[in-house]
Amino acid sequence: MSIWEYANPVKFMRLSGAVLPYAVAGAAICTIGGLVWGFLTPQDYKQGATVKIVFLHVPAAMMAINIWVMMLAASLIWLIRRHHVSALAARAAAPIGAVMTLIALATGAIWGQPMWGTWWEWDPRLTSFLILLLFYIGYMALWAAVEDPDSAADLTGVLCLVGSVFALLSRYAVLFWNQGLHQGASLSVAPGERMSAVYRYPLYLSMLGFFLLFLALLLIRTRTEVRRRRLAALQARETRA
Amino acid sequence: MLALLKRDLALATRAGGGFGLGVAFFLILCALVPFGVGPETSALRPIASGILWVGALLACLLSLDRIFALDHEDGSLDLLATAPLPLEGTVAIKALAHWITTGLPLIAAAPVFGLLLHLPAGAMPWLLASLLIGTPALSMLGAFGAAITVGLRRGGLLLSLLVLPLYIPTLIFGAEIVRRGAEGGSTATPMLFLAGITAGVLALVPFAAAAALRVNLR
Amino acid sequence: MIELGKYAATVLWSYGVSVALLAALIWQTVAANARARRELERQERNG
Repeated sequence: MSIWEYANPVKFMRLSGAVLPYAVAGAAICTIGGLVWGFLTPQDYKQGATVKIVFLHVPAAMMAINIWVMMLAASLIWLIRRHHVSALAARAAAPIGAVMTLIALATGAIWGQPMWGTWWEWDPRLTSFLILLLFYIGYMALWAAVEDPDSAADLTGVLCLVGSVFALLSRYAVLFWNQGLHQGASLSVAPGERMSAVYRYPLYLSMLGFFLLFLALLLIRTRTEVRRRRLAALQARETRA
Repeated sequence: MLALLKRDLALATRAGGGFGLGVAFFLILCALVPFGVGPETSALRPIASGILWVGALLACLLSLDRIFALDHEDGSLDLLATAPLPLEGTVAIKALAHWITTGLPLIAAAPVFGLLLHLPAGAMPWLLASLLIGTPALSMLGAFGAAITVGLRRGGLLLSLLVLPLYIPTLIFGAEIVRRGAEGGSTATPMLFLAGITAGVLALVPFAAAAALRVNLR
Repeated sequence: MIELGKYAATVLWSYGVSVALLAALIWQTVAANARARRELERQERNG
């Protein structure tokens, strides 16, 4: 039995239904736990209490990028192997990715106001995320605009491919265009640059929580899409009969 | 292939095809900016290169939906799809026709509008060169957007939403060339990047656009 | 009560905005799913 078996909608519904309660429970425990733990961390000597924002900002930013990559993979699977669940999962993921991007941008702006003295700076990372948000919006708008579900899946799949190339290209173009204020990666492996353990462990928990939250929401949304598709098929059969 | 190009050019120039509409839009845009920011040379000069590039981009956007929409309505697109010429070639020709009818007039008009916005004389050759290298990519990406939205009823607005983010790298490098040219700096790096983007777009995007067209003609 | 210092507003706003966005997303997801399930059940019973 191969993994492609789960691309069958019936099997997917059965499996996702079984996994869903654990995903929801895990997401609730880890997200709430990570955020509460993060909220209770001591103040940083430099950033004061604003360091607590990192437990929202970093996981959201991480998921914003990873969800796009997941959509790219799902689109490729749809375009190459034509598994409907894959296309529906890509569709289901987009709004979650857009919200994650929004959270990353919003928390960044709120944090930047006291720290950098400005709500918004045309910094490469910030600009890249704004561009990513535009890509998410365009992708969702295209899904909503095309009526035939298979055509919509094909067109958004092609858009996702081209969009990925250009999102990456924009990232480097923006880097060329303006050197930024934004600090480097928060989770550097180089010793000495590392965050202290007080902040690192709640951050890990929060990242895990955001990932599980995405998984749970993705499963629910994909199930919604499968049901909608089935409903549309039944109604079409009824009108024909 | 040549026949298709001739036909598209003829259609665009004849029959109120909107030839020159893009340039008129470009002119209006450049005329509106001083009303917004003030007529002083000191205010206009630093932003002239950016305005010119953004203006060219928007003017290009204006006529994109015409690339496939008319042919889709009267059914000639279905004929083109079954013609011996591969659909990728059709897309490339149509993008070329769009570039000749929209991109070239924009490039020809750009120096005049540069004068209006007090673009430094030293930057003028760079403006022309960057537009010459960059606008083919704009037309080709536009053809991709038009191919995706060709069957949709409210495709126009969606087309802009899909295409404009794809224009960002071209805009960044194009405007950067003019800005560096105006300051007398080295323009080689952005020029190479811009040329690289255009070459990549011209080579690869026809396949994506043709794939999108096939879906919409299904 | 934990001490947030002079950045209390910043921190609370960040958490507030983020939780509100997530709550809206979760609510929308669950509501859409419930509606799809309800409609599908009705259709299957009738059809």
